[in-house]
Amino acid sequence: MSYEIWIMIVASLVGITCGVIGCFLILRKLAMLADAISHTVLLGIVLAFLISQSMNGLYMLIGAAVVGLFTAMLIQFLNHKGIQEDASIGVVFTFFFAIGVILITVFADSVHLDVDHALMGEIAFVPFDMVEIAFLPPLPKAFIMLMSILILNIILMMLFYKELKITSFDPALAAAIGMPVMFIHYLLMGMVSVSTVASFDSVGAILVVAMLIAPGASAYLLTNKLSHMLCLSAFFGVLAAISGYYVATWIDSSISGSMAMMSGVLFALVFIFSPTKGLLGKKINQKRFRTRTNAT
Amino acid sequence: MEQIGQMLLAANTQWVLIGTLLLGLASGILGSFALLRKQSLIGDAVAHAALPGICIGFMLTGERSLIILLIGATVTGLLAAYCIQYIASASILKEDTAICLILSTFFGVGIVLLTKVQQMPSGNKSGLDSFIFGQAAGMVSSDVKLMAGAAALLLIVTIIFFKEFKLITFDAEFAKGLGLPVSALNFLFMTLLVAVVVIGIQAVGVILMAALLITPAISARYWTNSLSKMVMISGLFGAISGVIGTLISSLDRGIPTGPFIVVTATIIFILSILFAPARGIITLKIKRRMTNHQLLREQGQVK
Repeated sequence: MSYEIWIMIVASLVGITCGVIGCFLILRKLAMLADAISHTVLLGIVLAFLISQSMNGLYMLIGAAVVGLFTAMLIQFLNHKGIQEDASIGVVFTFFFAIGVILITVFADSVHLDVDHALMGEIAFVPFDMVEIAFLPPLPKAFIMLMSILILNIILMMLFYKELKITSFDPALAAAIGMPVMFIHYLLMGMVSVSTVASFDSVGAILVVAMLIAPGASAYLLTNKLSHMLCLSAFFGVLAAISGYYVATWIDSSISGSMAMMSGVLFALVFIFSPTKGLLGKKINQKRFRTRTNAT
Repeated sequence: MEQIGQMLLAANTQWVLIGTLLLGLASGILGSFALLRKQSLIGDAVAHAALPGICIGFMLTGERSLIILLIGATVTGLLAAYCIQYIASASILKEDTAICLILSTFFGVGIVLLTKVQQMPSGNKSGLDSFIFGQAAGMVSSDVKLMAGAAALLLIVTIIFFKEFKLITFDAEFAKGLGLPVSALNFLFMTLLVAVVVIGIQAVGVILMAALLITPAISARYWTNSLSKMVMISGLFGAISGVIGTLISSLDRGIPTGPFIVVTATIIFILSILFAPARGIITLKIKRRMTNHQLLREQGQVK
């Protein structure tokens, strides 16, 4: 398949994977945790590289998942010690990110990572990094990685859908009927870290945060049903990826930056035009209500 | 040691040190208020949102004049802060979602513009990407003087309005009752917060600037319950972090300043959370053990 198509497919996979997970983060008011984890994943990748001395994707996934979960636990711990939530998030992720950047600069000769890559990704190079597995035609590495994470996420989500739903909307009820609330929390955090790192390498930290939050936020303004929200969010993720790619080629600039920008533009459109919760929708409803009350 | 001694004698280093010291002081003080108003992560979003403003400033003028870049950054930073508050108030989305959304999309726009700037003939040597991680050692002396002057100005304004900010932080209703212009004061505070973030990004970088607002303030919170003391301690911690981070990064070219400032601030935070007199984890343990001993001894005496 052609160069362009692969970039769009990989970016759409990022949109779907992150978009779906992001819905739960928004519903659980954990959006900033997504931001935190997507920054600390850098430290996980650097540590994995320094320990294993290889750029193997699997080690990086493990390193990132470990550091991501550790971030979530540390934030929870500080919170438990009486530090307000935003401050504990802010302290932890800036510290881990700073250490990640320092390690990269100190070991600059041996680390083939540079910070710009971590921020912006190298999605334009995705189609050049092909691997062949068994009987399949050559596929980009990033595609295989994202596809497996997406399938893993979908399986976990189907297994724990009810738990995820109830713990998101009513954690007290979930705890009362004996659901493992903390387990689900850390399961979700694990899914966030793994999805983040799978996406991170190809699209960079900025787009990961944008894809985790913007599609879910747009979907949330259009529906009240969780299953609809998940599908809509995946749809917005794909739309942002494809429109972002065309904008990037049109104005000739950063691909992941344009995709992040388009996810914001899509959100702005929904924010204004959503029939029930948008600015215009609300205005129209108010006017209708007013004319009806005037008439009676 | 000799190297450090020589470095300290260099006039530019001295200015850079004074600049980061004042910056740490100002951000520590404003950060305390932001923390108590639960707005510290807005600082993070504002810092990220400064990037498009910097790029637009550069594109419009075609040269790297710091004051224009900072004006651009202030405009987009304020716009981001306004968007966050508007989204959080006008829709069902919570503030944290709004912060994250604005942060990532503004930063995305910033990256798009940054790639455009780097394609410009004059853009290659613009050094705008040093804004992402900060490079205090590479600042020219006029930039440093601007930073130091702006930080000093922010400090003075904050001290003048200290009583008002205290009131709107702890009891906005009461402030309204007294006839204070609360929304104007809120706007003034937000402007000061944006300004301190904006002047700090050149030294600390857009990604880590939030730490300079949050970490010293939350460390200071461990040492005292009084706002005026907290503000002073936080300012002191911020200043120490700024100075130590700058010293480490000026040892060699290419060492970014921001990460070292953040690590210094976090070490102070860890020391505070462990050893602060009234609330530190280890202090509490020791106190508990001493009380236990005393109790046992008293019981022993009774027996």
